[in-house]
Amino acid sequence: MKLLSLTGRNLKEGFRDPIVVILSVAQPVFYLVLFNSIARSDPAAPDIFDLAYFIPGIILFCFGLLTLFMGLLLARDRQRAFLTRLLVSPLRTIDFVLSYLLALIPMALFQVAACLITGLILGLALNWGVLFSLIVFIPLAVSCTALGIVSGSLFSENAAPAIGSLFVVVITFLGGVWMDLGILGGLFERIAYLLPFAHAVDAGRLLFQGASLGEIGIQLAWVYGYGILFVFIGVASFRWKTRP
Amino acid sequence: MKGFYEEGQPAVLIKNLTREFGRGLFAVDNLDLEIKKGEIFALLGPNGAGKTTSIKMLSCLLRPTAGTAEVFGRDIIKNPGEVKKIINVSPQETAVSLNLNARENLVLMGKVYGLSQKMARKQAEKHLEIMDLKTRAGEPVKRFSGGMLRRLNLAMALVSNPKVLFLDEPTIGLDAKSRRSLWKLIDSFRGEKTVLLTTHYLEEADALSDRLGIIDKGKLVALGTSEELKRKLAGLQTMKVRGDNLNPELIQILREIYPEVIPFEGGLEIKGEKIIFDEVVDLLRSKGVRINWLSMEEPSLDEIYLKITGGGKQNEIA
Repeated sequence: MKLLSLTGRNLKEGFRDPIVVILSVAQPVFYLVLFNSIARSDPAAPDIFDLAYFIPGIILFCFGLLTLFMGLLLARDRQRAFLTRLLVSPLRTIDFVLSYLLALIPMALFQVAACLITGLILGLALNWGVLFSLIVFIPLAVSCTALGIVSGSLFSENAAPAIGSLFVVVITFLGGVWMDLGILGGLFERIAYLLPFAHAVDAGRLLFQGASLGEIGIQLAWVYGYGILFVFIGVASFRWKTRP
Repeated sequence: MKGFYEEGQPAVLIKNLTREFGRGLFAVDNLDLEIKKGEIFALLGPNGAGKTTSIKMLSCLLRPTAGTAEVFGRDIIKNPGEVKKIINVSPQETAVSLNLNARENLVLMGKVYGLSQKMARKQAEKHLEIMDLKTRAGEPVKRFSGGMLRRLNLAMALVSNPKVLFLDEPTIGLDAKSRRSLWKLIDSFRGEKTVLLTTHYLEEADALSDRLGIIDKGKLVALGTSEELKRKLAGLQTMKVRGDNLNPELIQILREIYPEVIPFEGGLEIKGEKIIFDEVVDLLRSKGVRINWLSMEEPSLDEIYLKITGGGKQNEIA
């Protein structure tokens, strides 16, 4: 009851801010339409403009924005003493962290749905892989939200959005959203594959192209492993920052 | 209260409460205090004196570096979870959720304190009514005025029906009218809730509190009722007289009776621990003084405060 109430509040704080909705949903949809338009107007456009290729990347971009918004929400709650008020209540650390994590899951699902529906309208082939892709995207969303908790716990209301923006640039770059990681090669490619983002985007692309779950086992292991790690770090940083 | 509190004990018992922020910098230094059940207690002090730090420790947000406190018998270090069930805090900042409306903010606070949906709504409606926010209850609070936000801030601390209420500068930034209306409300808690409020406004402490303490540089430097402190600490009463024929001989006689007699143009200022009004008037008349104007001033809380805190010089700790 307590957890759900706080989750509901966090969800409302996000969804009732028109800027958040526009940036997190309308912006990715715009990119999808734009990239698809480029692909259609130039038959020689590289694979990166193919719907099945760039939608998973755009979904990662969406989740990067969740990190930014989560960081901002938590930093604001902390600095404007709303969190102080809640910390005086009998809630536990895990209630706080879960309430922030759970609040952004509906938003993540909304983002995924917006991207997939737009993709389907633009001509993405519907197959089981598209539907199963949620098993990659949900832990990825949890990872990004947990990193938002880290950002919101450690940084101020002014710094958290800047850190979040930087994070969006880094993860989309290292996730191979804007270009094939093979082009980067060398050190950048090695770093990218030490993190979960490129694995998640690869898994999404494979599923969209009809791969089975068995074929993305390794990518899933990276995504879930990091998901657990990021949640742990999120809880630890929140706990550290709010310890008495 | 079973197992924690026995009737007659203080509601808040503070024992050597200390918070050191390293290198001998004490925000609160060996604070000892007892607040009775149902009492409104005001903690006064300049910025950085340790008022907010004390409230943070009492509400389990900050761990003391030494000493402890009990709230209705529950130790703030050993049983913070139990303490949190019976207290609430109205922070200095306006701690509301801006994209929620007033009703949602109140229901949320009720629920996080474990009230059922029905009970939380009932409490929310009750406090919307009390705080005169009912007509605007459905609007996002980011549209509220400063006064409405402060009232909501206080209502959010009340909705869980706490036994002990910590109010950190509850009327800061409010105009005189809004302040008076909040005073009336806080005054209504007397006997029902135990209230510890911090304030910069001396008249607020004077008007609201059953007892008050003055804290400076982390130490409690004065404690008592407003009247007791005035009697004990302020010392001098002041009489001002304007009149004709206030001659040097008269001034000399007065100086033999009272420690301070200061002439000014067309008048005199007399200071003394106990000035007997009739005696002074009779003396003036007997010396042929025609009194045009006369005033008698009792020592004020302001005087005591300034005397104790050195004019409100600010310390470095927030």
